Amino acid sequence: MMDKGLKILIVDDFATMRKVIRNILKQIGYENIVEAEDGAIGLRILKSQKIDLIVCDWNMPNMTGLELLKAVRADDDLKATPFLMVTAEALQENVVAAVKAGVSNYIVKPFTAETLNDKIQKILG
Amino acid sequence: MDVRFINAFLDGTVDVLKMMAFVDPRAGKAYLKKDGVAKGDVSGVIGLTGAARGSLALSFSEPCILKVVSNMLGEEQASINGDVKDAVGELTNMVSGAARKKLEAEGLSVTAAIPTVVSGGGHSIRHVLGGPSIIIPFETESGPFFVDVCLTLANGS
Repeated sequence: MMDKGLKILIVDDFATMRKVIRNILKQIGYENIVEAEDGAIGLRILKSQKIDLIVCDWNMPNMTGLELLKAVRADDDLKATPFLMVTAEALQENVVAAVKAGVSNYIVKPFTAETLNDKIQKILG
Repeated sequence: MDVRFINAFLDGTVDVLKMMAFVDPRAGKAYLKKDGVAKGDVSGVIGLTGAARGSLALSFSEPCILKVVSNMLGEEQASINGDVKDAVGELTNMVSGAARKKLEAEGLSVTAAIPTVVSGGGHSIRHVLGGPSIIIPFETESGPFFVDVCLTLANGS
């Protein structure tokens, strides 16, 4: 049984997608959710509070999802945080880059609620 | 324009609308558009580069996009507000991604910029290449929307 009290950070420049993901997470039972509209804001949040899972877009202004992933993995305090990339970037080279940078799992948009749930359970399980 | 482009954007559009908004769109016959006037009330436009270059626009009638976004967010939308425009940008981004994934399977690696959104009756869609563009019309139970693509292979064909 997953700990539904885990704090999850959603990072996406589109408010719509943050809301879609938040709604799915709430359906699954996760209520402790914080949001950031780009990687730079996400990194500030990560450095100021304990986050148990990052759900992050790829293409964003200021700091991309890949840049945030690299910053997280390079930080001793943050590097163990599970990182789920949820992105429209399905090109093989992008997937490879994310895996090399240490992504925990990868979802290509569009996706179903079941897919998001499955990936989260695999990461946290 | 290469027929692979049409099929990729057609299939990508259907996938995104079905999966994210629970809407089942029916595609009509594609045709050539020579002017820059949008077919819908709100449009998302995204630039594409790489093995093919140009741009993609998704242009929605108001009743169609209100239903799509209401379904996506689980909240009724009454007008084309900021939330709806944001959703149009993300839908454009996702259709671009889904289509580019299909193009990659055909050997065409294409990257995308960040989408922009324009709205208002009779607004313009400015394609990167200037046009003309191919329109793929779609019907939904809540009204029409249009995929508007102006794309060419980087080698000029």
